Amino acid sequence: MADQIYNAIFIGSIYALFALGFTLVFSVLDILNLAHPALFTLGAFTALFAMQQGVPAALAVVIAFAVCGGAGVLLDRVAFAPLRRRNAPPLSAMISSIGVSLIVIRLIQLKYGPDLQSYPRGSLPADVMTVAGLQIDTLRTVIIGLAVALMVGLTLLVRRSRLGRELRALAENPRAARLLGIDVDRAIAATFFLSAGLGGIAGALYGFATNSPFSQMGLGFELKAFSVMIVGGMGSIPGAVLGAYLLSFGEVASLTFLPSELRDAFAFGLLFIVLLIRPSGILGQRAVDRV
Amino acid sequence: MPEPMLVVRDLVVRYGPIEAVHGIDFEVGQGEVVALIGANGAGKTSTLAAISGLIRPARGSIRLGGRELAGAPPHTIFAAGLVQVPEGREILARMSVHENLLLSGAADVRPMYERFPILAERRGLPAGNLSGGEQQLLAIARALLAKPRLLLLDEPSLGLAPKMVATVFAVLAELKLAGTTMLLVEQNALRALRMADRAYVLELGRIGLTGTGAALLRDDGVGRAYLGA
Repeated sequence: MADQIYNAIFIGSIYALFALGFTLVFSVLDILNLAHPALFTLGAFTALFAMQQGVPAALAVVIAFAVCGGAGVLLDRVAFAPLRRRNAPPLSAMISSIGVSLIVIRLIQLKYGPDLQSYPRGSLPADVMTVAGLQIDTLRTVIIGLAVALMVGLTLLVRRSRLGRELRALAENPRAARLLGIDVDRAIAATFFLSAGLGGIAGALYGFATNSPFSQMGLGFELKAFSVMIVGGMGSIPGAVLGAYLLSFGEVASLTFLPSELRDAFAFGLLFIVLLIRPSGILGQRAVDRV
Repeated sequence: MPEPMLVVRDLVVRYGPIEAVHGIDFEVGQGEVVALIGANGAGKTSTLAAISGLIRPARGSIRLGGRELAGAPPHTIFAAGLVQVPEGREILARMSVHENLLLSGAADVRPMYERFPILAERRGLPAGNLSGGEQQLLAIARALLAKPRLLLLDEPSLGLAPKMVATVFAVLAELKLAGTTMLLVEQNALRALRMADRAYVLELGRIGLTGTGAALLRDDGVGRAYLGA
């Protein structure tokens, strides 16, 4: 039982990191960035590439953050900014982000092929402790700690810092933000850098935990992150974290008590029930605020 | 003679094929209060949007303290010292009063709490909970914190209760006494003309009349069109 809870916390932390980046872009810019799973995959492979050059795992995570952050800024310049300037409808931005996503995945396949990869032997901590009958491996524990620290860090950044205030101003009222002298292009670039960087870290950490990164590893996460964001409350950062853990605990509970075929049906059924009770999500603002 | 603080020459604003402002000229001197009045659709909002960089003028020059700003992005214009108190206040309703003030970029917002004690009382509340008049004071305080060289006020009395209109104009009168350079865009022409050193009357995208506030107040045409006289 304790094992399962530990597992649920672990996978929930990965979902949360993934969903945070997705939510950040949505809340500030009202864009569904469907290239987020590709950035997640890029993070895992950036770390793999760095570690194959002999870089230690901790530094490889930092490199994955920086590379994916930069890729996110580039993604905005290529896929979203031109559409924004012409006031294209949101669906166009979704399609163009799918396009970029496919290109990134194909480039990864060009270098690494479609098969499962693994990180260099001995480059990841492999020790396992047994505490009160509970199997705790160092790697997952470090990953959980790092994920939680990043969630807290992002929340503080958005709530307390000058950049965070500027992002929230931009999210609430772009016209007012511009009249207040906020450099909107710089704020948008920062949003994409943070969002994609977090996605990249999530990918690297998930790659480490499974030790089998592959080019399609981001696929399952897209639908989950989208659901987590809606259930948590569109655009709410703490909401996305809550939704992520709700989903992971639902999945693990289902695996424990029900046939494994029912995992997704049960977990998404749970999210569906939450929406029936609170249609705007757990921490969602009333619809009037967002319109 | 030194160049006035703000010099606008031959300003043209277009929305696609429609021209809203047809090449207007005006200026605001250092320490001067200038009113821009005119009916709805006369081009006041378009003129302000062009000055603050929200839309790119199709033609013309906008110089602040000798520096050309036409077509520059809003944050550059803001940094140059041209700060707007926008129509409808455009306060950030979900953020607190304190956070709204911090958005001005000022490190220390206490002077505004001393100046407007009502804002100090409300500092932790979401700005959206304030009354319309309090929101207007917040918008003015936020703009002042940015230390403007020229303060642009877009319809500061719009939608306010009469008592609050008097309060807001009293604040503007204090700013005038302190030597603040202001460009005041108002539908409430009577109050605007009484406050202003000079005024321009905008009609269908052109400057119709110009003169001192007092002279325009005596003008029959202005009286009929804007003062209900």
